[in-house]
Amino acid sequence: MKFGVVVFPGSNCEMDCHHVIDKVLGEDVDYVWHQETDVSRYDCLVLPGGFSYGDYLRCGAIARFSPVMEAVAGYAREGGLVIGICNGFQILLEAGLLPGAMLRNTCLHFICCFVHLRVENASTPWTNAAAEGQVLRIPIAHNEGNYTADADTLRELREQGRIILRYCDPEGAVSEEANPNGAADNIAGICNEGFNVFGLMPHPERASEELLGSTDGMVIWESIMAHHRGKG
Amino acid sequence: MKVSVFVSPKQGVLDPAGQATLGSLRSLGFEEVSEVRIGKYITLRLEGVDAERAEARVQEMCERLLANPIIEDFRVEIER
Repeated sequence: MKFGVVVFPGSNCEMDCHHVIDKVLGEDVDYVWHQETDVSRYDCLVLPGGFSYGDYLRCGAIARFSPVMEAVAGYAREGGLVIGICNGFQILLEAGLLPGAMLRNTCLHFICCFVHLRVENASTPWTNAAAEGQVLRIPIAHNEGNYTADADTLRELREQGRIILRYCDPEGAVSEEANPNGAADNIAGICNEGFNVFGLMPHPERASEELLGSTDGMVIWESIMAHHRGKG
Repeated sequence: MKVSVFVSPKQGVLDPAGQATLGSLRSLGFEEVSEVRIGKYITLRLEGVDAERAEARVQEMCERLLANPIIEDFRVEIER
C-alpha cells in the first residue's frame, strides 16, 4: 500500500506519520509537497497536524488554497482515501471536504493530553479493525478543536453514522466532563458522505508504539490497510 | 483605495475569547458590560480598481478567504 503524507509550510507532524507508516506499518510512503498537483499514485493521503501557514487568519484557511488541495479534492471525489489529523482536519473543513468549522477550545488554552474516544461506527475504512463502542486512548494537542456545525448538519452526521469518534470517559460514557474542547456532540472525528474522507482531532500517529504509552492509534492504521486489502 | 474588513463571530456562535474578556472586564468592576464579541479588523489597500468593482472584489475575498461564513459575519468599508 502506498501512502502520501501531504506537507504544507508549517506542518509539523509529517515526520511522525511518515515514521509510523514506514517503520511501524512497513508500508511505502512519500512526502507530498503542497505544490504538487498529481496525487493519483497513492492509495491513501494523510494531511498531518501542525500549523499550516502559521494558522494565520483561521486554522487551515490558507492551506486550503495550496495547489495540492485541488488534486486532493479531485482524489476525494473519485473515492480516494483521505485522512486529516488535527490541522489536517481543520484544512478539510476549510476546503469543504467535510462539513462544519472549528472554534477555539472553550477552555481558551492549548490542550495537550491523552483523551478517551469511543468508536461510534466501526464499519468504515478508518475503524473496521475496532469494535463498535470500543474505547481508544489517544492524545490530542490543539488550540482550536471545538467542532461546530449547524443543527441540520449535526443531525445529518448522526443519522448517517458519520460521527466516527466521540470524546468519552475511560468507561466509554459520553459526557460534558469528558469533552476537552467544547466540541458539539463531543465530536472528535467525522466522515464525508462517502466515508472515504475522515477528519479527526486526536493524533493516532502519537499512539502507535508502546514507547509512546499507547498503541490504540494502530486501530486506525490497521483499518486503513484492511480496507485497502478488501477486508474492511 | 483603503478598504476595511470587519470579521466577527456570528450571533449564537460561542466566542470563548469574548467570554473570557467579558469575565475580566466585570471582575475589574465594569459591571455594565453585558456582552463582548471579539473579531478581526483587516485593512486592504487596492490599486487600479474603481470603488464599485472594489466592493464586489472585496466581497468575494471575504466569502472565499477572509471570513468563514459558517461561523463568521463580515462587513466591508471602502474609503473613497
